[in-house]
Amino acid sequence: MASSKAGSNRPLSPHLQIYRPMLSMMMSIVHRITGAALYVGSILLVIWLVAAASGPSAFETIQSIYGSILGQLVLFCYTWALIHHGLGGVRHLIWDTGRGFDHQSRERLIKGGLIGSIALTVLIWVVVYATHGATG
Amino acid sequence: MRTPLGQVRGLGAARSGTDHFWLQRLTAVSNLVLSTVFVGVLVSLAGDSHASVVATLSNPIVAILMLLFVISVVVHMRIGMQVIIEDYVHAELPKLLLLMGNTFFAIVVGLSAVFALLKISFGV
Ligand code: HEM
Repeated sequence: MASSKAGSNRPLSPHLQIYRPMLSMMMSIVHRITGAALYVGSILLVIWLVAAASGPSAFETIQSIYGSILGQLVLFCYTWALIHHGLGGVRHLIWDTGRGFDHQSRERLIKGGLIGSIALTVLIWVVVYATHGATG
Repeated sequence: MRTPLGQVRGLGAARSGTDHFWLQRLTAVSNLVLSTVFVGVLVSLAGDSHASVVATLSNPIVAILMLLFVISVVVHMRIGMQVIIEDYVHAELPKLLLLMGNTFFAIVVGLSAVFALLKISFGV
């Protein structure tokens, strides 16, 4: 690759250390981090489904772990990661069409994603507690 | 003589060109729809007994939507992680091993979830 002529005058990628951290840049990193977290967290879904497929006693065990304080905290974070990443995905799809790149739209899309994801996550958990009680 | 285009054609860090770019967008859209369904199903099942969870998950419509969700997510997350690996790991052997591990992980997650869903549907 290095030997090809086309390589010499290609644009260089931005150098992270000389960039002032910007909201859009932070959010791009957060999108990657939530994507990776969701990747790892997919194991939680598999464990839950396999337990359900194994029978009542395996399922009770998993339900009590997922229903513990720590379990609920992890699931709460997972919910937020999923929604934030999903809304971030919508932002990426809008940007893929070439739209929404001016300063105002950018800020609006990003703040909307952040506020929207927190609001939706809280809403979902309020519904869970309201309909199923605090034992999860 | 090899032109610069000839050198990159069909290659790219993972030898797969732009197919993945498109598949990532396609599954982003299907994830959006299916994960909304998924969250809805889980909210309605949170903390329920085994019998009631099995009853809901074995409803054909729910089961099919959950299966689609699993497939869509697994395809999406595999390509997504591949991009991350390609961005940060440049040495050939570690990259190859991680890409392999990524594929194995996606297959294990996908197959286990699909198997469990089918078993629940056809009778635990
Ligand atoms: C809820 C619906 C979802 C939408 C709309 C969505 C959308 C997207 C989009 C558009 C990208 C590409 C971003 C880019 O080009 O920089 C992406 C990347 C990614 N997604 Fe998703 N996604 C969703 C759910 C998920 C889930 C459930 C997982 C994992 C289980 C996941 C894992 C990833 C990973 C690992 C990446 C790569 C991140 C990166 O390259 O920075 N996504 N997602």
